[in-house]
Amino acid sequence: MQYMLLIYGAEGADPQPGTEEFGAYMQDYMTFTTRMRDEGKFVAGDALQPISTATTVSVSSGKVETVDGPFAETKEQLGGYYLLECADLDEALKCAADIPTAKYGRVEVRPIMVFD
Amino acid sequence: MLPQSDISGQITRLIREDWGRLLAVLVSFGGDFALAEDSLQDAMVAALEHWPERGVPRDPDAWLITTARRKAVDRLRRARTAEDKADELTLWHWQHAPQEGDGRTLPDHRLELIFTCCHPALEEKSRVALTLRALGGLTTQEIASAFLDKPEAMAARLTRAKKKMQAAGIRFRLPDPEDLPERIEGVLQVIYLIFNEGYRSSSGALSRGDLAGEAIRLGRILVSCLPEHPEIKGLLALMLLGESRRLARSDGAGGYVPLETQNRARWDRGMIREGLDLVEVALRQGRAHPYTLQAAISALHAQAQDFASTDWAQIVALYSVLIHRQLNPVLWVNHAVAQSYASTPDQALRELEASGAAQHLAAYQPYHSCRADLLARIGQGDAALVAYDQAIALAQAPEERSFLISRRNRLATRAPSG
Repeated sequence: MQYMLLIYGAEGADPQPGTEEFGAYMQDYMTFTTRMRDEGKFVAGDALQPISTATTVSVSSGKVETVDGPFAETKEQLGGYYLLECADLDEALKCAADIPTAKYGRVEVRPIMVFD
Repeated sequence: MLPQSDISGQITRLIREDWGRLLAVLVSFGGDFALAEDSLQDAMVAALEHWPERGVPRDPDAWLITTARRKAVDRLRRARTAEDKADELTLWHWQHAPQEGDGRTLPDHRLELIFTCCHPALEEKSRVALTLRALGGLTTQEIASAFLDKPEAMAARLTRAKKKMQAAGIRFRLPDPEDLPERIEGVLQVIYLIFNEGYRSSSGALSRGDLAGEAIRLGRILVSCLPEHPEIKGLLALMLLGESRRLARSDGAGGYVPLETQNRARWDRGMIREGLDLVEVALRQGRAHPYTLQAAISALHAQAQDFASTDWAQIVALYSVLIHRQLNPVLWVNHAVAQSYASTPDQALRELEASGAAQHLAAYQPYHSCRADLLARIGQGDAALVAYDQAIALAQAPEERSFLISRRNRLATRAPSG
């Protein structure tokens, strides 16, 4: 089964570039990603630019509406994701707990919908 | 041949007793919880239809499994669309997969079933409901009335939980060994919640004894499946010892009788013996879990001839260990009660006040009734009355309330003190 691991956190809650902890934090991410690849779980994964770069689009009676900012102004924002191939939810939850940002924010685990 | 009603009663009992075991076997075929449950339900209806006429088959479990598998195949065929090939494998499993075991006894998959129902990815209340439904064989209606919920709301909750199991990939399997202690802890929490619900609530079609009895039955299943885990024995002992005093706790008119004035002849000696044995084994098996420590305290009460000869010093010591381990402010109240008999009410009151528990317990009824009792016993009647009023305002169960009011009135009619 494929699972989307959505990484949420308050911007600035995790180690920031220029701090002493940042190097180790990035190293943890590299280690995690490498492990996911080696275990054959990695499908995709990225970090997102901060919400100051977000634009939200909707279409209402044929008219495109474009708004500066994220979908919802919440303290914790989507900051990145992994798409992983896991045997079951237990395995996906364990991977989620190993994502370095889980210490500073939260990771939502959602199974990918399969249309058949 | 038995009269009709006797047979259907017998069938219902038999199926309920074996429900968890049967369901676990069916879920193990295809992992589809909802389908397994629906098919077992179908098989039960078929049994109620055929057995009274043709008699109960020699091996009722085997009959029910075979019938449920056939019903599952029917359901799958009906749900399948012409171009849909994805269910071929599932269909094959239900039709042809050989049954495990030696053919005479059912394989026991109840442990997998308990862990699936108590999966941490499910909401707590759903875990409780699923466990009662799947392992206990209770109907949705019975579970709803036990929790004072509307049957439709409970049915919707169960459906939601089963959908999540299926869609989110909660597998029907034992947890990985490294996760086992934590997952056992989660299962025990569910069982203890069921027990406490039975202990507290007396309303609903399902009496308190039934839920408590159900929790004890689940505890027994778990002990037999995982004998090397002493904390499970600790919880089972704790429940048995608590349940052994059920009759003595009630005065017959719906009133509550505290431990102090209970008629100990009404305690269930069988449950006490079983509980004491389990505590002993659990304590020998390793570092005592909080459930085991609480059971050990309950065991000391069970062993005392009367209230006065209780080994209070030992109980104080056990509460101190528990407080150290759990940091739960509620424990300070129990500690104070024991201390008031082990040493003096005055000493107990001073320790309770120094503990800093008060700030967390302002809304906890037993904290105020304990203070009221201690204050009354050291002659501070007015302060005791105030504490009783606070306790009465917080009491939820009617029997609890009337007990506190009678205590308060008895104190108020005594000579006023300063």
